[in-house]
Amino acid sequence: MDALDGNAIGGLLIDAFGTEMTAAATTCATCDASRPVAELVVYRRAPGAVVRCRTCGAVLMVLVTRDGTTSVDLSGLARIDR
Amino acid sequence: MERTAIHGRLTWQVAKVVSVDWETASVATIELDPPSWTGHQAGQHLDVRLTAEDGYSAERSYSIASAPGEPLAITVERLEDGEVSPYLAGELRPGDELELRGPIGGYFVWGPDDGGPLMLLAGGSGVVPLRSMLRHRLSTGSDAQARLLYSSRGWEDVIYRDELGQYRDGARVCYTLTRSQPTGWTGHTGRIDSALLAEVAWPAAANPLAYICGPTSFVETAAAGLVELGYPPQRVKTERFGATGGR
Amino acid sequence: MSSPVSRGFRHLHPASEEEAGRVPPGQHVTQGFPVLAYGPTPHTPLESWTFSITQGGTAKKSWTWAEFQALPAEAITVDIHCVTRWTKLGTRWRGVSVDTLLSQAGCDAPYVMAFSDGGYTTNLPIADVTGGRAWVAFGYDGQPLEPEHGGPARLLVPHLYFWKSAKWVRGLDLRETEEPGFWERYGYHLYGDPWKEQRYTGD
Repeated sequence: MDALDGNAIGGLLIDAFGTEMTAAATTCATCDASRPVAELVVYRRAPGAVVRCRTCGAVLMVLVTRDGTTSVDLSGLARIDR
Repeated sequence: MERTAIHGRLTWQVAKVVSVDWETASVATIELDPPSWTGHQAGQHLDVRLTAEDGYSAERSYSIASAPGEPLAITVERLEDGEVSPYLAGELRPGDELELRGPIGGYFVWGPDDGGPLMLLAGGSGVVPLRSMLRHRLSTGSDAQARLLYSSRGWEDVIYRDELGQYRDGARVCYTLTRSQPTGWTGHTGRIDSALLAEVAWPAAANPLAYICGPTSFVETAAAGLVELGYPPQRVKTERFGATGGR
Repeated sequence: MSSPVSRGFRHLHPASEEEAGRVPPGQHVTQGFPVLAYGPTPHTPLESWTFSITQGGTAKKSWTWAEFQALPAEAITVDIHCVTRWTKLGTRWRGVSVDTLLSQAGCDAPYVMAFSDGGYTTNLPIADVTGGRAWVAFGYDGQPLEPEHGGPARLLVPHLYFWKSAKWVRGLDLRETEEPGFWERYGYHLYGDPWKEQRYTGD
């Protein structure tokens, strides 16, 4: 199945961060590649949304929604700037 | 033009369906009247949620088809094995309620301040947010020139056909029909490739701003093609739809 | 505010009365077979594929594809339940029982961590992959298991939520302590019993 991009989880990101995040700048902690959230690779049909680096495939963010609250793990990112 | 700001949590609201108009045999534009809509930017989308009597719910995202300032509308392609799209483009009627939230998105957006010239590449229903941009360009009197290259299976699948045929003066629309063409068709055929882009796209020297929307494989081929022509990657904005149409 | 019911929106396949007892709480029956993925589909050629039982950093026993195909396999028909709320009834598989694999490896531990191509992991107590409760499946619906559904082989543990049935499985690592696998680390339940609706940590 085809992966999507960060645009596809715009609503989910607002749930997690409280604000629009698709234009936010990210840096991969594994390979240092920088690109906006919208250009990251997103696998959305999963128990959670998994966001990967387009350059090296490393997992950058994992978003999980439970009882209406969305949490986000950012451990794969070196940085994320709005 | 004032940018729409998003404050805090994005909340669901229940909109009234104003009208359902068929663009093609399987594509419908749905005009909506939400109780508290703050406006949107061209290119943004909204999330829609359907709930069945047994509590089962399904959510999808759809690009906003209307330009800022126009009555809110989305355009939905009915997918044969879809769960939500056959309901929206098939069952939904004026007077029904539709739960939605939005507007969403801050990367794949265009306003007159962003300038041009615009290079818009649409794969199938990927034309929807680009149509919002073209209408916005027109209604704001922006002097940014625009070219739309629209890839569609056949002429009968082209969405907004009459409207796109009206563009003159600084906006040019061309099509490539990949599966079937009407008799006497002299336009492009086949999927987009480097040769077609070299012919149709703004040269990189014009410093164009590109927006590409459609299925993932279309977007990746098109984006690579523009970068090959010398477009700086940061001037090529992409939005991928899944094989299931809406995101 | 609770969501209004969307007039005329029906869930595609409501369970029949006869089926209702087979559907765990909060689940809905599907006729399709949704593909869920957390990364790109791996494509390991069969010539390089192996399945291993590992412990303390070493492979206790390993099978090539040919060796795996020579093991006793069985037909399995089970209901499966995904934590994303779909349930598929009467799915038909072909695979090798994990009991067979562990007995050939001749070792034991209280827990296993299943590991897959692409880096996916999921943890299970040994009791939940033995006693005829788990298989390494390579056939689905009479055909070789397709890559998008986890082929060439996936773990099949139908009594737990389907995220425990690791796609593209390459082995089981025997562990003394229970550590969370991929989804368990991100908030999903360590055990995952669909009949107790153990979706998330603390459920």
